[in-house]
Amino acid sequence: MIRDITIGQYYPIDSILHRLDPRTKIIAVFAYITSLFLINALYGYACVILALGIIIQLSKVPIQFILKGLKSIVFILIFTVSINILFSTGETVLWKFWIFNITVEGIILAFEMALRLILLIVGSSLLTLTTSPIQLTDGIEILLNPLAKIGVPAHEIAMMMSIALRFIPILLEETDKIMKAQTARGADFETGSIIQRAKAMVPIMVPLFVSAFRRADELAMAMEARCYRGGAGRTRMNSLKYQTRDKIAFVVIILFIAFCIWI
Amino acid sequence: MIITAKNLVYEYINEEESGIIDKVRALDEFSIEVNEGEFLIVLGHNGSGKSTFAKHLNGILRATDGTLFVDGFDMKDEDIIWQVRSNVGMVFQNPDNQIVATIVEEDVAFGPENLGIPSQEIRERVNNALKLVEMEDYKRHSPNQLSGGQKQRIAIAGIIAMQPKCIVFDESTAMLDPMGRRQVMHTMNKLNKEHGITIIHITHHMEEAIMADRIVVIEQGKMILEGSPKNVFKNVEQLKNIGLDVPDATYLAYLLNKEGIKINTGVINTEEVIKELCQLK
Repeated sequence: MIRDITIGQYYPIDSILHRLDPRTKIIAVFAYITSLFLINALYGYACVILALGIIIQLSKVPIQFILKGLKSIVFILIFTVSINILFSTGETVLWKFWIFNITVEGIILAFEMALRLILLIVGSSLLTLTTSPIQLTDGIEILLNPLAKIGVPAHEIAMMMSIALRFIPILLEETDKIMKAQTARGADFETGSIIQRAKAMVPIMVPLFVSAFRRADELAMAMEARCYRGGAGRTRMNSLKYQTRDKIAFVVIILFIAFCIWI
Repeated sequence: MIITAKNLVYEYINEEESGIIDKVRALDEFSIEVNEGEFLIVLGHNGSGKSTFAKHLNGILRATDGTLFVDGFDMKDEDIIWQVRSNVGMVFQNPDNQIVATIVEEDVAFGPENLGIPSQEIRERVNNALKLVEMEDYKRHSPNQLSGGQKQRIAIAGIIAMQPKCIVFDESTAMLDPMGRRQVMHTMNKLNKEHGITIIHITHHMEEAIMADRIVVIEQGKMILEGSPKNVFKNVEQLKNIGLDVPDATYLAYLLNKEGIKINTGVINTEEVIKELCQLK
């Protein structure tokens, strides 16, 4: 189950999208998310899906791999859709019972919401799939740098994110291990009501937290031993530079946003 | 003399769950001198103070009492700590908990980046370091795809890229399988013999201790034995008493002697013991 989460994973191949400057990609994702909320016509979504399709093609990441990431949001998806279908108000009422109210408008709204969520997840997972975490955090750090003057800890945020990304797979693996160990001793995670299953998770969380803290402690020590003392005075092996392809990408982003506003 | 410790004491307060508070002396008047270019192995069982000593060498821990000079710097002085750390690298036990980045070469670059070295030079250092630990083919890999021994070699590369004079291995082989251990020991040997880097290796594996120039045995924060591998392992009974093993060859020689077959007990590997046995009449 936990192996399916592709959000935050990097897919290391070489493509034009992988070679783009991380700052370009971060800005593009923000533009993309904004566009999702700008459009409301059905053919608008068609255009966004088309654009996304082209970008996925360019990224060379297998589409199945990207869609696997959606598995983790299935629950949220079902939840939003059912809430929207059952409770939204509208003109054409199809079915009414107690406080429930199914309308044509509600169904359309629910469908739109689901589509938006899926497009949001797929689009933003493309960012992490094509950008190595270090590049990503480098990009965020530089983009946040102007805010450092007003006291935003840009370097610290970036460092924290990159470490979190580094330890996600490790902690997932550990959760898996603990779960197996507990199952071997008779713990049951699969049957029972939701509350019972949630209760069964407690013996997993405790050792997981303990080990996470121990890891954090050791990592901090290792980082200090390697002369880490915050962002001041640090240099970079790969310093970021905008290339021609980034300029082209920016033009595309601006055109895309303009198009979304126009329709 | 890269390291000079005199009467080093490290005390900490141990508070048990039952509420009993007592003072533990992890290092008790510990003195040692380490020469530049030496391959030193520190032996001791869990809780003997060997790791505590290692953590003093780059200022992770500070001595309660006594003096410690590392690379000519007095470790009491807090201002020189970063200079010492750039000269004395440290490789820890768990390979996962010391790798910062998600791409091998970016992790190796982490140290030099902290030192403020220009980009071009970092790139060169990273390439050289990866070549040295024979991991250059894995440059663009994620550390999660590597075996324990490979991860530990990446951690070593990360230290080499800082170009230290001395590397301390704090039980760096304890979590590895025999294959990974061999790889790491091979790298250690190479660094010491070909590049003249001082190696201090903390371990409780006897097979590893054989290749050292000198062995130091710590027990309850005190140095109880010191000398070449042959001389240290001669003390089979003393080592067994404090819960340490000796190499199989040495133990065989010891047992034969006990049974009245007189052969030289200063043997540490199979070839030597064969030679001794063949000289028997």
